[in-house]
Amino acid sequence: MAADTIDLDLTLRWPEFTLRVAQSLPGRGVTALFGHSGSGKTTLLRCVAGLERPQGTLRFKGQSWQDGNIFLPAYKRPLGYVFQDANLFPHLSVRGNLRYGMKRAGRGMVRIDDIVELLGIGHLLERKPARLSGGERQRVGIARALALQPQLLLMDEPLSALDIKRKQEILPYLERLHNELDIPILYVTHAPAEVLRLADHVVMMGGGQVQASLPLREAVAQPDSPLFAGQSHVAVIQARAEEATDGLRRLQVAGQWLRVPEDACSSCQPGKTMRLQLAARDVSISLLHLPEISINNQLQARVVDIAPAAHPVNVLVRLELGDGQLLFAEITRASRERLELHPGMLVWALVKAVALAGDMTA
Amino acid sequence: MSLLLTAEDWQTIGLTIKLAGTVTLCLFVVGTPIAWWLGRTASRLKGPIGAVVALPLVLPPSVLGFYLLLAMGPYGFIGHFTNWLGVHPLPFTFWGLVVASTFYSLPFMVQPLQNAFEAVGDKPLEAAATLRASPWDAFFSVALPMALPGFLTGGILTFAHTVGEFGVVLMIGGNLPGETRVASVQIYDHVEAMEYAGAHRLSAVMLVFSFLVLLGLYAWRPNPKKA
Repeated sequence: MAADTIDLDLTLRWPEFTLRVAQSLPGRGVTALFGHSGSGKTTLLRCVAGLERPQGTLRFKGQSWQDGNIFLPAYKRPLGYVFQDANLFPHLSVRGNLRYGMKRAGRGMVRIDDIVELLGIGHLLERKPARLSGGERQRVGIARALALQPQLLLMDEPLSALDIKRKQEILPYLERLHNELDIPILYVTHAPAEVLRLADHVVMMGGGQVQASLPLREAVAQPDSPLFAGQSHVAVIQARAEEATDGLRRLQVAGQWLRVPEDACSSCQPGKTMRLQLAARDVSISLLHLPEISINNQLQARVVDIAPAAHPVNVLVRLELGDGQLLFAEITRASRERLELHPGMLVWALVKAVALAGDMTA
Repeated sequence: MSLLLTAEDWQTIGLTIKLAGTVTLCLFVVGTPIAWWLGRTASRLKGPIGAVVALPLVLPPSVLGFYLLLAMGPYGFIGHFTNWLGVHPLPFTFWGLVVASTFYSLPFMVQPLQNAFEAVGDKPLEAAATLRASPWDAFFSVALPMALPGFLTGGILTFAHTVGEFGVVLMIGGNLPGETRVASVQIYDHVEAMEYAGAHRLSAVMLVFSFLVLLGLYAWRPNPKKA
């Protein structure tokens, strides 16, 4: 048992549901617990928190939280929990909510200005939760958990109760958490977009069991990954930011360059490693480098394999860059015939759009 | 100043308020754990215990008073207990009335509290647990303040109900001036003695008091149709 992992061997039996998980999770970065409703992902999170009482053992970085008859109650575990609907105390102001846990965790005089600023809730401190919007409540919920200075942050679908606009409002804060705090996060979600944007490691849950536990890069590399069920594939690629010229920021990937508008990437300081999302439908394939085309971003890559795509007229071409990173191109079967694509061929991937998904301080 | 009431009338009113206040305080202490348990348990005993608590709502006060009189008597289990303690037997004393009224008003305290605790639910307590609050701490810092309206309702109902007691008082307390003669019994005495004017005046005081209590209760309750 390594000292930097969360080691679970837990069984929880309910009349119509059994959770059975024996798994070692990374003790750093964001681990997404991904699955449909009823897959047991929230139940697993509650077991880790001590809100459910499963059988088995649970060790967090070498500390025993549960073993045989020993069960560390939730209030003695050094964690922070963000609930799906924030779950703020209605009888306390925002400040009262923040202080509630700090007082009890012995963080009496700790400055929370940083946390308040990180989540942008300074102007809300005197309000009661009933007078907050959904997005504001969720930010306060996150701040309340962080104010404990926990050793582990558990987040149960923190965005699912919010509309698209509020999600967009909170996602940047979550990315900042990921980048600025060195706390491992277990993040429950059923939304692939959140996994792609935030996770370093993915645990696929189904029927109360872990179906796969793997780094994000490997999770997105599978042609049949559940992350893309029925949807176009998305590749997640790491690139190093370099200088900007002519309003375009250069990002280095495997000795080649992608260029994105400078203003699309405010945190792209030279030297930083950025996470990019490349949707398979935004990638075309050419057998030649094409200087006489408007598409700036052309990456040389090798065809790994060709699999059926979600849409029956298309195929999904898996491409490998020089450093082993994978991207996908979704093209029609007809194009594949015309280009006579086969595994091992060197081709040019024409990238029509790049989504920046925060920086990676890995 | 005397509102045309006699000194005796005033004494009975004072005793009534003292009794109702004491019973309300006792029931805050006794009723809270019962309501907490009823509001949160998944036990099969929830039904039977809930029914026992609600019994005083349907039982004639004389039935309850009769059994309590037996229990408090020298051969009853409460009687054995007071005997063991070496204190005066409870029947026909103020504290006997307190004990009997506590049983009699139990549902008026427990049911609003139980509803309030059920409305609080598990979730705030789970949040408290993840914020390092022990179960006791969470009870006092989260459940209690969130259930405060239930405590107000339960307290007012218990107080008012005890003021209106008659049957149990007669069975347990009899009619001893300054000890067990409360306002409702005094009115009965006035009528027995054909002092209709006296009965009128004390009854009017009770009527106004009861109305004001209920008015306060209903006016204070937030209207769910607004807000």
